Amino acid sequence: MRLTVNGVEWDLAVHPMKRLLDVLREDCSLTGTKEGCGEGECGACTVLVDDAPVCACLIPVAQVIGANVRTIEGLGDDHPLQRAFMDEVGAQCGICTPGMIMAALALGPRPSLARIKVGLAGNLCRCTGYEAIYRAVRRAADATSVETGAVRP
Amino acid sequence: MRGSVSRLTLVRPRTLSEALKSLRDDPELVPIAGATDLYVALNFGTLTGSRYLDLWPLRSLRRIHETEDVLSIGALATYTALIKARMVRERLPMLVAAAREVGGVQIQNRGTLGGNVANASPAADTLPVLAAADATVVLASHAGERRVPITQFYTGYRKTVRTSEELIIALEIGPVEGAQYFRKVGTRAAQAIAKVVMAAVRGEAPRIALGSVAPTVVRLPRTETSLAQGGSIDDAVQVLQSEINPIDDVRSTAEYRRRVAANLLRECFTSAAPPGG
Amino acid sequence: MNAVGVSVSRKDGIGKATGHAVYADDLVFPGMLYARTIRSTIPCGRLTGVKLDFDTSGFTIVDHRDIPPGGRNVIALIENDQPCLVERDIRHVAEPVLLLAHADREHLLGARVELQEEAFEPVLDPERSEHVFKEILIEKGNVDRAMARADTVVEGTYRTGHQEHVYIEPNGVVAVPSEDGITIYGSIQCPFYVHKALVVLLGDAVRNVRVVQTETGGGFGGKEEYPSMIAAHAALLALKAKQPVKLIYDREEDMLATTKRHPSIVRHRTGLTKTGRIVSMEVDVLLDGGAYVTLSPVVLSRGAIHAAGPYRCHDTRIHARAVMTNTPPNGAFRGFGAPQTQFAMEVHMDRIAEALGMEPVLLRMKNALRPGDATATGQKLGDDASALDVLRAATSRARYRRKRAAYAGSRRGIGLSLFYHGSGFTGSGELRLASRAALETTATGVRVLTSSTEIGQGTRTMHAQIVADALGIPYELVEVAAPDTALVPDSGPTVASRTCMVVGRILQRCAEQLRARLGRLTPAEHFAAHGALRVEEQYEQPDWIKWDDATYKGDAYATYAWGCNVAEVELDAVTHEVRPLRITVAVDVGKAIHPALARGQVEGGTAQGLGWALNENVVMQNGAMANAQLTNYIIPTTLDTPAIDVTILEHPYEGGPFGAKGLGELPIDGPASAVVNAVRHLGIDVREIPATPERIATSEPVCA
Repeated sequence: MRLTVNGVEWDLAVHPMKRLLDVLREDCSLTGTKEGCGEGECGACTVLVDDAPVCACLIPVAQVIGANVRTIEGLGDDHPLQRAFMDEVGAQCGICTPGMIMAALALGPRPSLARIKVGLAGNLCRCTGYEAIYRAVRRAADATSVETGAVRP
Repeated sequence: MRGSVSRLTLVRPRTLSEALKSLRDDPELVPIAGATDLYVALNFGTLTGSRYLDLWPLRSLRRIHETEDVLSIGALATYTALIKARMVRERLPMLVAAAREVGGVQIQNRGTLGGNVANASPAADTLPVLAAADATVVLASHAGERRVPITQFYTGYRKTVRTSEELIIALEIGPVEGAQYFRKVGTRAAQAIAKVVMAAVRGEAPRIALGSVAPTVVRLPRTETSLAQGGSIDDAVQVLQSEINPIDDVRSTAEYRRRVAANLLRECFTSAAPPGG
Repeated sequence: MNAVGVSVSRKDGIGKATGHAVYADDLVFPGMLYARTIRSTIPCGRLTGVKLDFDTSGFTIVDHRDIPPGGRNVIALIENDQPCLVERDIRHVAEPVLLLAHADREHLLGARVELQEEAFEPVLDPERSEHVFKEILIEKGNVDRAMARADTVVEGTYRTGHQEHVYIEPNGVVAVPSEDGITIYGSIQCPFYVHKALVVLLGDAVRNVRVVQTETGGGFGGKEEYPSMIAAHAALLALKAKQPVKLIYDREEDMLATTKRHPSIVRHRTGLTKTGRIVSMEVDVLLDGGAYVTLSPVVLSRGAIHAAGPYRCHDTRIHARAVMTNTPPNGAFRGFGAPQTQFAMEVHMDRIAEALGMEPVLLRMKNALRPGDATATGQKLGDDASALDVLRAATSRARYRRKRAAYAGSRRGIGLSLFYHGSGFTGSGELRLASRAALETTATGVRVLTSSTEIGQGTRTMHAQIVADALGIPYELVEVAAPDTALVPDSGPTVASRTCMVVGRILQRCAEQLRARLGRLTPAEHFAAHGALRVEEQYEQPDWIKWDDATYKGDAYATYAWGCNVAEVELDAVTHEVRPLRITVAVDVGKAIHPALARGQVEGGTAQGLGWALNENVVMQNGAMANAQLTNYIIPTTLDTPAIDVTILEHPYEGGPFGAKGLGELPIDGPASAVVNAVRHLGIDVREIPATPERIATSEPVCA
C-alpha cells in the first residue's frame, strides 16, 4: 500500500482497515500524532489530508492511498506556530499540541479570534482554558506576516 | 481501541457501477463513506457487519448541482462542501447551519450527507433539515434507481427502506418557500450530539421536523396543519406534544426534550425573523 | 540576570510543539507485548468463574495467583484495602479481574473472556451507606450557644457531582523486566507512590523496582493513585512473560475504571447578626468515596478544613464523613475536596445575602478573614492573608457593582465567589513526607534532581528558575533530570499545590548550600576541577507550625493562596442553557515565579471549574459511568470557554521560594459557585452542579 506522508512515499504491507493513526505511529514511527479518545472528539490525532484537517483515528488507511498526509513532523522543528506555542505557553501537558497546531495550520492567514475558536472547536485542551492557544495562534500569524508577508499553509 | 480490525474486509470499487455490482453480489456489504462512525461503533461494540464497501473514491457522488428547480446533492458531499456550496447557501441555508454544527472541522471534512442519511440516527443533525425540506432520497442499485421521500425513508430506530443492494447516491430538494429555521440543542456549543434538533420552514405551508424526540426523525403534520389554519402558537405547542415521543437517556431527559421542543416551536413561529436559517 | 518573575522559555516547550516529546504510548521495546484488563461487570457480588473463550497460545494470562509469594494482593496507599486483582469479592463495576498480554494487538483485542459473577444488592446512595471510611470533627467555641443567640439562621444543602479528569492522554505504562527486577515507564504523577505500591505487591521476590515518568499528558490528580494499579498489572504480566508489556487504556476504559472527583453533599446552618456578621457555623460534609478507601481520608480532610470558607467565625463546627458506595473509587482531583466544600459555602453566602437583603460583596467584606484572624482550625493567619485584596481586585476589574445593577431583570447575571487554598500537605503531612531534593554540578551547569513530575504545569521550568536565581547562574545552565526513582531523591508526590512552595523551597536551600561550597567558581568550573558535586536537602518545617491530628486544631497549612471570581452569564430562554460570557479572576499566589505559566494554571483551572459547573455530568447507572465517552461526557471546547481575565497579586509568603505559595489547585475552587451565583442573580435557585439545562429548566425561582 503506497502512502505519502510529509512528502515521503511509504510502501507498507498493512491491513486496509488499520486506522491511519496506527499506521502513522506504528508503521511510520511518526509518534507526534497522538490518540486522545479514538472517537473523533478530542482532535489530538489531527493531521492534514490534502491540506484538510481530519482525525487520523477515524480513517481507514486505505482511504488515504494517493493522498498527501501531513503530520506535525512535516513542519520541521522551527515553524512559526511551533515557536509561538513555545513563547506563549500554548502547550502545557503537550498532548493536544501537535493536533492543535495541525488544525491551526488550516485556519488561513491572520484569523480573527472568532475564526480561531470555530477552527479549533474540534480540538480539546484540558490544561490551558484555550486562552494561551489563541495568543499563540495570533502571535504566529503576526510573526509570519512580518517575515514573509503571508502565512505558510 | 478495543476492537480488532483484522477481521474486517474492505472492498474498493473504482466506479459506481462496480460498487452496485458488489452490493448485488454480497448482501452483507456495508457501504462506508467518510468513516466517521466506523471506529466509534467498533469501540462501543455496536459495529454491524464486517465487510465494507468504500465509497470514498467515487468522486461522481460528490457533485452538487441544480437541474431545473431541483437541487441535487451527491451522497458523498461532505459537510465542508455543503458549507462552501453557493447553491446550498442560497437555497437551503438551514442545511448549511446544520453542517456547521455537525462537529469540529475535522468531522466536517469527512462526514457526508449520504452517510448521515444512511446512518439513520434519530439525533442526526441534517435529517430534520431534509425532512422539513421534503427531500427525496435517490437510491441506486444494479437494477436501476428509485426515489423515496425522506419522510418515508425511515421505518424505525436506525431502520430504513434501503435494501442491501441499494446505495444512496443523492438527495434531491425542490424549492423551499418560506423562511428557514434550524436549531440544534446540545450541552455545549461545539460538536455535541443533539438533545433536540429542529428544522422548520415558516411560510404559507409550515413544515416542521424534529430530531432526538422519537426513534426516527419526525415531521409534525398535525402541528403544521394547526399553524397553517391560523391556530394559536399555544394550540400548536399542544399538538406538538402529542406528535413526539422523547425518552430519557445519557444525554438528556424526556421532560427537557418536550419543554425545549415547545420553546423551539415558539421561537421559530413567533419571532420576527427566525434565527439560524 | 534574574529568571524568577520572567516568562522564560519553558524547558519542555520545543519537544511538545514539535511532537518529539515521548509519552508512554510512544515507547516501543524489542519483544514488547500489548496488554488488556478484564473487568467486573457488576457493582457488588462475587466472582464464581472465568471462561477463556479463545485460543490461549501466545498469550500471557495473569490473575491474583500470579502475585509472587511474599507479595500482597493490594495497591498500597493509605489503608491497603484495594486489591490489585479480584480474588472473590467484587465491590464495583470495572474492578480488574484478569490480565492478558500478546505480541499482536489484534489477537489481544479479539480474545473473548466471560466472567461468571454472582450479584448482590449494591449500595449506591452515599446517604444510605453505613460504611464510613473516615470521620472528622473540627470544633471551635460553642456553636449551639452562638446559634441560639443569632438574629438569623440560614440553612441550606448543596450538592456536587462526580467530575472526570479528562487529561487528554489516557493512563498507560510500559513495564520492562530485568534480571532482578522491573522498570516501569509511564504517565505518572507520583513515581514514588508507584514504587511503594510495587514493593508491597511484589515483596522480596522482586528486588529491584524502578519507576520512570515519561512525558505526561495531563494529570489534575487523575494520575496520582491509579497509575499504581496499572503499573502493578503491567509488572505482573511482564514478570510472567519475561518480556516488556505495554498497557495503555483507551478513553472509555479510562473513564469507566479510574478515579473521579468525589461527589459531595454539604449542609450549612449559619447564624448571623442583623448587620450580617457571621456568629456561628455548622457544616456537615458527606463525600462519596466509592468502593475502596484509597485517598478519601485526605480528600475529606482538606475538604473539611476549607468547609467554612475564607471567613471569620468564632463558633464553628464542621462534621465530615467519607463513605463507601459500590462505585469505582473516587480520588484525587485538583482541589482535593476543597472545591466541593467551598462551592457549598459560596452559594450559601449568596443565600445569606438574600436572607439579609445585603449586597453579596458587602457580606463577604464584612466577614472575610484578615491577617491575624483565626481559621476554623484555629490557625492564626499571617500578613499574606489577602482575601480583601483579591475581592477588591476582581470586583473592580469586572465592574461588578455597575453590572450587578445593569443586568437586573435581564437575561444576564453576574455573581462572585471568594476562596482560599492551603498550600502543601495538610497538617503534619509535610513533616511525615520529609521530602528531599538535590542539585549536582555538570559540565555545563547544574542538574535538578527531584521526583516532582512535569505534568504540564511547568515543574521543570519553575524549578530551574528558582535554582538559577538562588545560584546566580543563567537559567539556560540549569537542567532538570527526569523523575526516575533510581536517580532522584523522593521529593514527595506532585500534588497538593506543593511543588513550587515546598519542593521549590528545598531546591532553593540546595542552591544556597551549593553556592557556598562552590566558592568563587561557577558550577561548570567546579565540575571541571573536582568532578560532580551533589547537594541534597530535606524539608524543614517552620518552627511556628503546630498541628494536632487528633483534634484537627492548629496550623493546617503553612499558608494559603487566595482567590476571587466574578462570573457573568447569559441564559438562553429557549434552551435553558447558561452560557458563561466572561470570568474575571484575581488570585494572590505570593509570587508568580513564571508569570505566563502561572496565568496558564489560572486559566486552565478556571476552565475546568466552569466545565464542572455547567457541562460535566457523569451519568451513573447501576454503579457504572453510563456516558464514558467524550461524545457523551462533555468538556468545554473553544466555543464554550469564555474570556478569562486574570489578575495575579503577589503578597509574599516568607517560607516559600521568592515568596511563592501554592497555585495549581486554587483556581478550581471558585468558578462553580461564581457561576451558580450569577444564575441566582437571574432569579434561578440552583444548589447543585452541574447546572445542566435540564436542571435549570426545572429549578425553582429564587424567593427573596
